[in-house]
Amino acid sequence: MPSVKIPKKSTFVDMTPFVDVAFLILTFFIMATKFKPPEPVEINTPNSVSTQELPESNAVMVTIDKLGKVYFTVLSEKDQSIYKSVIDDINTSRNLGLTPAEKANYAKTYLVGVSFTQLKQLLDAPEALQAKQPGIPVDTTGGELTYWVQSAKSAFAGQRLQFLIKGDNTSKYPVFKDVITALKKNDVYKYNLITAPEDAPSGTELYKERHKAG
Amino acid sequence: MAQLEGGGGDDHKKGPGVKKAKKLSTRVDMTPMVDLGFLLITFFIFTTTMSSPKALNLNMPKDTKKEEELNKAKESGALTIMLGKDNAVYYYEGQLAPDGSNFKSANFGSGEGSIRTEIINRRNSVIKNHVHDDNCPKIWAENKGDKNSCLDRDLVVVIKPDQDATYKNTVDILDEMTINNVKRYALIDITPQEYQVIQATEAGSKK
Repeated sequence: MPSVKIPKKSTFVDMTPFVDVAFLILTFFIMATKFKPPEPVEINTPNSVSTQELPESNAVMVTIDKLGKVYFTVLSEKDQSIYKSVIDDINTSRNLGLTPAEKANYAKTYLVGVSFTQLKQLLDAPEALQAKQPGIPVDTTGGELTYWVQSAKSAFAGQRLQFLIKGDNTSKYPVFKDVITALKKNDVYKYNLITAPEDAPSGTELYKERHKAG
Repeated sequence: MAQLEGGGGDDHKKGPGVKKAKKLSTRVDMTPMVDLGFLLITFFIFTTTMSSPKALNLNMPKDTKKEEELNKAKESGALTIMLGKDNAVYYYEGQLAPDGSNFKSANFGSGEGSIRTEIINRRNSVIKNHVHDDNCPKIWAENKGDKNSCLDRDLVVVIKPDQDATYKNTVDILDEMTINNVKRYALIDITPQEYQVIQATEAGSKK
């Protein structure tokens, strides 16, 4: 007896395209992700319309946190010997009497935010004290930061060197001015302020300029 | 969900007595792989920083005491912007009047009464009043003969943050220079006289 065959519809859905897309997105995020070194001090930078990229190397970074504490960083990924010459220079010029082990520890400290008298203590245990540094003393004449910049300048002698200033939104202007003073004392007049990108507001000169070109 | 499918369902096609050969499916269970895939996607979405930081250039002049090296700002084109406590912005045009009558306050933003509107107005009025003179050809030469390049030559914005101004406000106002295409600006310390006027204004607004 012929029976009417009702075609059985499968509830099975082909997941292959879905999986394909998922892995495509995954690949994109893996490629686009750039791991940043964990920063011991949290800084919320202001926004600007600037589009200039930051230098990764051959730069000196001065960080100002929200309490107005100042930190000093030498960025030199390619040439590790720079760290050594900076700390050697500081050691001799400020007569700190650091041991070779303490000097070697300098390369491990991402930020230095202590006065010269406390530097020895910091370099004895760089990891433990990293987060709670009191900041490099600065004042209207530049303070100790002047000597750090001086040492960095001599370590990078003959190379291109950029000066980055990374300030927190809520830090006060006088601290920024003191940092500028310290840099000015070393004949540094060009700075790069680290900012987060933002779009040019519509209707302004810059907006017209960019949209004309683009 | 993708799943392992059993070999059932087509037994009836084979004739009687034919031993059913165990058919191994080529289908693989993809569920754990998909799970893992999405876990990784989630992880990378959270850790990724899409916008890398950018650098804003700031050039400061060398401290000089020599009178001839100092740039002189024309009074007609000068706009002084002061930054105070709690995101306050104050400005005056030309010289500050002794009685502080041309001292005005503005706000950050883009609408009416914002400092941006003021900068744009100031720039437009400088451009309107510009008359070509002997100094213009030099600027044209620097800008590939563009005769419009010297129109805003006399516009000088002086930025004076006071003791209570935040770094954010300072950067914002520097950014405002880029946004409005102000070519000549300077970051200068506030004078005691101006600071007093700001203090008086701030005290007055609290009442």
